[in-house]
Amino acid sequence: MPRRTTHRAGGAKNAAGSGRASHGAVNDLVIHVKVNGEARRWTTAPGDLLLDVLRREGYWGVKRGCESGECGACAVLVDGEPVNSCLMFAAQADGRSLTTVEGVADRERLDVVQEAFLDHGAVQCGYCTPAMVLVTRALLARSPHPSEAEVRETLGGVFCRCTGYKKPVEAVLAAAKAGGGERSRPAARRAARAGKGARR
Amino acid sequence: MSPKRVVGRRVRKVDGLKLVTGRTAFTDDIDLPGMLIGKILPSPHAHARITRIDTRRAKALPGVHAVLTYQDVPRVPHTTAGQAWPEPSPYDTYLLDSKVRHVGDRVAAVAAETRAIAEEALRRIDVEYEVLPAVLDMEHAMDKGTAVIHDEPDSTGIDDASRNLAGEIHRELGNAEEGFRQADLVVEREYRTPRQQHAAIEPHIVIAWLDADDRLVIRTSTQIPFHVRRQVAMILQIPVSRIHVIKPRIGGGFGGKQEMVIDDICAALALAARRPVKLEYTRAEEFTMARTRHPQVLRLKMGVKKDGTIVAHHMKVLAATGAYGGHCTTVQGNTGSKVLPLYRSPNLKFDCDVVYVNAPPAGAFRGYGCPQGFFAQESLVDEIAHQLGMDPIAFRLKNAIRQGDTDELSAQLGEGRKGLPRLIRICGLPQCLEQGAAAIGWKEKRNGGVRRPGKILRGIGVACSMQGSGIAGVDFAGAFLKLNEDGSFNLQVGATDLGTGSDTVLAQIAAEALGVSLDKILIYSSDTDFTPFDVGAYASSTTIISGGAVKKAAEKTRDAVCCFAAKMLDASPEDLTCRDDRIFAPGGKSVAMSEVAMFAFYKEKTQVMEGSSHFNTDSPPPFCAQFAEVAIDTETGQVKVEHLVTAVDLGVAINPMQAEGQAEGAVAQGLGYTLAEEIVLDEAGRVVNANFCDYKIFTAKDMPKLTTILVETEEPLGPYGAKSIAEVPINGVGPAVANAIFDAAGIRMRRLPIRPEAVLAALREAGAGAKARPGAGAGAAR
Repeated sequence: MPRRTTHRAGGAKNAAGSGRASHGAVNDLVIHVKVNGEARRWTTAPGDLLLDVLRREGYWGVKRGCESGECGACAVLVDGEPVNSCLMFAAQADGRSLTTVEGVADRERLDVVQEAFLDHGAVQCGYCTPAMVLVTRALLARSPHPSEAEVRETLGGVFCRCTGYKKPVEAVLAAAKAGGGERSRPAARRAARAGKGARR
Repeated sequence: MSPKRVVGRRVRKVDGLKLVTGRTAFTDDIDLPGMLIGKILPSPHAHARITRIDTRRAKALPGVHAVLTYQDVPRVPHTTAGQAWPEPSPYDTYLLDSKVRHVGDRVAAVAAETRAIAEEALRRIDVEYEVLPAVLDMEHAMDKGTAVIHDEPDSTGIDDASRNLAGEIHRELGNAEEGFRQADLVVEREYRTPRQQHAAIEPHIVIAWLDADDRLVIRTSTQIPFHVRRQVAMILQIPVSRIHVIKPRIGGGFGGKQEMVIDDICAALALAARRPVKLEYTRAEEFTMARTRHPQVLRLKMGVKKDGTIVAHHMKVLAATGAYGGHCTTVQGNTGSKVLPLYRSPNLKFDCDVVYVNAPPAGAFRGYGCPQGFFAQESLVDEIAHQLGMDPIAFRLKNAIRQGDTDELSAQLGEGRKGLPRLIRICGLPQCLEQGAAAIGWKEKRNGGVRRPGKILRGIGVACSMQGSGIAGVDFAGAFLKLNEDGSFNLQVGATDLGTGSDTVLAQIAAEALGVSLDKILIYSSDTDFTPFDVGAYASSTTIISGGAVKKAAEKTRDAVCCFAAKMLDASPEDLTCRDDRIFAPGGKSVAMSEVAMFAFYKEKTQVMEGSSHFNTDSPPPFCAQFAEVAIDTETGQVKVEHLVTAVDLGVAINPMQAEGQAEGAVAQGLGYTLAEEIVLDEAGRVVNANFCDYKIFTAKDMPKLTTILVETEEPLGPYGAKSIAEVPINGVGPAVANAIFDAAGIRMRRLPIRPEAVLAALREAGAGAKARPGAGAGAAR
């Protein structure tokens, strides 16, 4: 559970980079989360949405589209499951493991899903792309070789006004074919990437 | 001509990497020290005068740094439409006004340290209104005795404010009445289209601040950075030179950002607070305080000979521009000028009234008047073909405009002034129809417009359309290139990539002309300090107009490069060719672009740099044929589109992958327009469905199978033969679906969106007229 802090000089207790004058009040909550594998300690107010806190903490890939759980642009993975971060209080993330789009690629290389999105023209304006990449990762972790219907069900939670969804669906299916679902098996992943790299 | 190396390739987006990794790319992806949050107080009334406004309680709230009402700002009539100067739209809008004209209209604005404080400040502004009668029904907006929406004396360019008439258009080629007398068959029908919202996933957002030199910086999600600079300068009465507009990546526009929606008020707040201000619309504000497509009532009358030859066509349009007249005559002018000339007729007539109503303002929206017009026209020609017993494709081919024709209506219907005639230099419409028909299974799947027994009815339909490629004689663009030491080039363009991929297309054009690989082109776009002028991203203009400027600038740069390379190769410049990042002399001797660069820089002391401008005096139309296959559930009235084929003549596709994406996105938006999307107002003028649950856009689960066919032709006026693609594929979706519904069930749906209850009612009405044919039980399982 989030720990309630005492109120004095609350501003000083804010996590680095927070900088919001409204914080540090009576009801500040300190939460501990893992974001993209790294431990983080955040001071939040009880009403803070996970969306706002993530953006405040520099995870800009989380996008604001409707703030009511309809469009899916703010989707992140919480313990591996897609969640609209505008529908979750930051405090509810205490003790959980979060993945944002910033955590999908490793330092040197894009993820298979990201490569497929670029190769298949699945990115137009790019505003919904982080959410699409994340829900795809969650899908492939659960179902490495999904049917088109499964892909559409998954992408159905993320609105895109640009692509008509044809190329995103093709990209997800291509990523699955390239071994995107075998992420936990590094050898398979490397092989898939080698194949990809050769075509580039 | 040598084979192309970069143009025509399915290359990745040049800005794709940062988008797919979620790096800071969009307007909101920065944090500025001391940044405030701006909010607008929306009018709760559709039509009212502000009799008293008191901001003292708001200003007293700690954390509030600016509160603005009409009493605090200059009163400068203007239009928010992002159009070339002088804008053809009426100047009927004010930064803030003492009158409000729709629910959601600006009453006041605040800037505060947090969103919560800003929202509390809005609640503390005390306003008294004199509520006026609301004008909501466009068909009665001009009635005698109706309240006058624009009764202010200082607005200009309104056709007849006393009758709520924002604009009107009346044009005739030949003599339509005479034509109808010569016709063997005359059919007249009425069609209705809804108020659609762009629903870009990124809402309108602006961050404004004063830089260290006290210049106003506006970082904005816009399609029209240069128009925004000019408009804000005029509205805030500061010189253009004191404003710097930056357009980062933007999260979709579709015409909704071809409008200066909140840049002015955000800038005013930043000037008042002397701190950075961020103003971002919520989703609900997008539906109530941004822009929409113009709803229309269209009355079409067409006369034909027995053999199917069209002899007269008269289109009458009534459209609602909402509370303000941005784009009012230009959108509706397009409904005539881009739609009627698709079919040759010696007698064409177009009459149009655009009225004010107390509803959210309409504006530019992908298709710009054409989706309305083509829904009506393509539904009507389908009906006429059926009545004549002709194949709908054959009827269209018989009458369609073709290569060598001149569209004279466009000369009469320009951008708010006299236009220019359109010469059809190339037309791929017959190929579009042929290839699209094959893809949908035209011969095998047609049902014929008769109601067969069974729960599910199936049918297919077709529709044709065209658009333009830029506004002839109006749109223009600049481009600038400079060479770097490693043989790369900075390409600077005013053109605005709104997610369409134009940065990629323009970089491809530059790379092709310079004979370098795509990664040697470093494109920077849409920054009023650092890029040349461009009118902006609208009217399907970027590839042909901005691309034309890039090609010219790149060719001049190439010539400059060749002058230096000629010295190095001991050859004459005109004999040299550029390819593969090298410059070749006729004998095969070559130097690398990077070597030429070093030579120019450090031996010749010269920066290779060239710029160019471009415009066209004609607007070559892309052509499109679209086919829909539908299944109708006779128990629920639900129409399911199962397959949608788009065959489009776009000229040469600079990047076929992106071009397909444009078509597919247009189809998705068109399907929403056809079957689901409509802003609904209640009797008080309030939007009742200002969210994505009640305003339904198509998701991945809703989409049918899509087939996209690029029919490439070579347009002489376009760079490397390109025309345009972004708008035209939205036009035919509605009528193709409506015609497929007729083919399946024998009913004509003449109102968009086509809702299940309307289909069910039409099926019942048709069934009551003629009981479903008995004895066809075997067909039930079809």
